[in-house]
Amino acid sequence: MDFARFFADLWTARFALLEGVGMTLVISVLSIILGTILGIGVALSLVYGGRIQRFVVRVFLECVRGIPVFVLILACYYLLSQAGIQLTPFQAGVVALTVFCSSHVGENLRGALLALPRGQTEAAKAIGLTFRQTFVYILAPQALRQAVPAWINTAAELVKASTLLSVIGVVELILTTRQIIAIKPRPLEFYFVAGMVYFLICFSIERLGRRAERRLALPS
Amino acid sequence: MTTPVLEITDLHKKFKEIEVLKGVDLTMATGDVVSIIGSSGSGKTTMLRCVNLLEDFQQGSIRIDGEEIGYTAAPERRRRKESEIARQRSMTGMVFQQFNLFPHMTALGNVTLGLTKVKKLPKPDAIAIAEKWLERVGMAERRNHYPGQLSGGQQQRVAIARAIAMNPKVMLFDEVTSALDPELVNEVLNVIKSLAADGMTMLLVTHEMKFAYEVSRRVVFMNQGRIDEQGAPEEIFRNPQSKRLAEFLKNAKF
Repeated sequence: MDFARFFADLWTARFALLEGVGMTLVISVLSIILGTILGIGVALSLVYGGRIQRFVVRVFLECVRGIPVFVLILACYYLLSQAGIQLTPFQAGVVALTVFCSSHVGENLRGALLALPRGQTEAAKAIGLTFRQTFVYILAPQALRQAVPAWINTAAELVKASTLLSVIGVVELILTTRQIIAIKPRPLEFYFVAGMVYFLICFSIERLGRRAERRLALPS
Repeated sequence: MTTPVLEITDLHKKFKEIEVLKGVDLTMATGDVVSIIGSSGSGKTTMLRCVNLLEDFQQGSIRIDGEEIGYTAAPERRRRKESEIARQRSMTGMVFQQFNLFPHMTALGNVTLGLTKVKKLPKPDAIAIAEKWLERVGMAERRNHYPGQLSGGQQQRVAIARAIAMNPKVMLFDEVTSALDPELVNEVLNVIKSLAADGMTMLLVTHEMKFAYEVSRRVVFMNQGRIDEQGAPEEIFRNPQSKRLAEFLKNAKF
């Protein structure tokens, strides 16, 4: 292996690679934010919704969780276009990952809400808080705290799942890498670089998550 | 005659098919301290929870200061709106067996929450009131501690401050020392006694017979969803009329 030549190639490809990394980050962050918002809705429907609402959301959740993310991505791109909804690869990718993320966040948050002791709600009611206030001031802060570790996991999971978007033509890090390899045929080295970047992103997420967890921990 | 602060009339409560309250009547005047005793399953905790509207009930009425709570009165009995119920709940203060402090808030935060969110007091006023009551229960120094940093007895005293800071018309105590280690029971009972001495109206469910004897103006014996006997503590404890009460007292701890 000729390191000098490889680094020369890497240097030539640096902007393309950075753009790929940028796309991976943008799409991940966007999907995590949207997925979390949707996931909160999912959790609220499951815990507090009426019977029909619960049923509909449950079906949605089971479907999403029963389908590989890969298939979900293909469906969002090809099926939706069949149905007349023409999305760009980027849009379809965000939709697919958002849905994927929301199923995780929803299930996780639902568990956290249900795990809260009943006494918390009762104590809140007893001082005269309405249901909304009870949720905002008592239940949500505790449930969200509980949900942080799993949420961090989901975020890292999502970054990794974003690699699959290369198949519908989203020029994220993997597709960029493949395009570079087409010109500079050093697959081993460039895939290794891509792998390292993914590792660093996920590792940083995990580190940040740990820190957030520690800061959120209640003194005892 | 003045309006009783609490008036329970013919209260019936069913869990599914099982009737746990079979027509309870109880009246309390301002400053009354009433203890409810009875074996577990007699309905005493359920009755207390009905007064705080944590349980629904199928028949009968509860009035606080003359206001019918939980349900609209005749001609049509209907559950009141959520916001109405929340307001009516704040007329009573409840202290639970398991303390139920909010773990993500400091002692001070626990007490001020209701003052700022339910009573809509400005923050400085809420803090002033909260500090006064934390002082009163001997927890002023720990006002910035989280529940996880407090002993059971300390948590329960904060819970008492949280309930009483809302200035309720009646304080309800639901076996508040049952979850405490024996050496922590007295600090809580002493706080309750001093509140009673100050003229707070209190309804207590308790297993501490000695305490019930000392603190109450009246003791109520519940049995199988009914009030079997009530009277001054001396009468109830020294001279029980029914066989059931005599039996119960023989097995109770003093």
